[in-house]
Amino acid sequence: MSPPARRESLAQLEALIAALKAKGIVSEEELAARQASTDRASPETGARMVARAWLDPEYRALLLRDGAQAAERMGVSMAGAPPLGVLEDTAARHHLVVCTLCSCYPRAVLGYPPHWYKSFAYRSRAVRDPRGVLAEWGTVLPEGMEIRVVDSTADYRWMVLPMRPAGTEGWSEDQLAAIVTRDALVGVALPQQPAAAAA
Amino acid sequence: MSDPDRTPATHDMGGVPRFRCTPVERDEEPPDAFGKRVDALRQLLAQKKLMTVDELRRGIESIPEEEYLALTYYERWLRSITTLMLEKGVVQAEELR
Repeated sequence: MSPPARRESLAQLEALIAALKAKGIVSEEELAARQASTDRASPETGARMVARAWLDPEYRALLLRDGAQAAERMGVSMAGAPPLGVLEDTAARHHLVVCTLCSCYPRAVLGYPPHWYKSFAYRSRAVRDPRGVLAEWGTVLPEGMEIRVVDSTADYRWMVLPMRPAGTEGWSEDQLAAIVTRDALVGVALPQQPAAAAA
Repeated sequence: MSDPDRTPATHDMGGVPRFRCTPVERDEEPPDAFGKRVDALRQLLAQKKLMTVDELRRGIESIPEEEYLALTYYERWLRSITTLMLEKGVVQAEELR
């Protein structure tokens, strides 16, 4: 687990906030409102975007052309957020997203980045040994499949459009969205096969 | 990598050998209360045009290596935000003691 913040860091944060409050720059209400709106963002949005793209060719084209606009279509505000690129997996190519420099992540559609995405091991190894990293998730790609690792940056964020698993014919958008996990949207996992999902 | 010009900066972690054999720790906990509060503060200060993401990164990336590796993620953010607010004269050092 990531260690808790040191006691002196907690004190430093409260001292900084107190000084900013004293100058009328921030208030407790504003902090609470920001946190609440950040807490509301979740990978369910990204999952729904993928599910809709699997069902609706027009939406799929929009998603691949302009991810931010496709997110807005789901009612998510992308105002002030960097552009969102969407990487289309194919039978020949799998995509994996990392931010080697820090933790850039499409937070509007995936929520807070998990600790492991920000970890030194993931940041360094995703580009050096992507298959080894995927294996830690139990993700084994068919032999010969290319992996393209894409670096998210402060100015451009990425998510993956995975392939729709066989055996999901006739599924509704809700059913499809339920098998698209956060890990699948980053590329460390694949959407679960229906047999596994039903088990 | 003996040429100092070719040694990547600490934060430039893509492919560095140091973590080559370190498994990815699959920590799925959401940020703790401290992390969420730092995160909210960063967003508020950006919204109020007191700092940018690039300034946050510059502050994080200039933390000396030993501390960079020892601090938690949101501790690095707090360090950068505090440095920026002091540099810009938004707060004074004596107010933070």
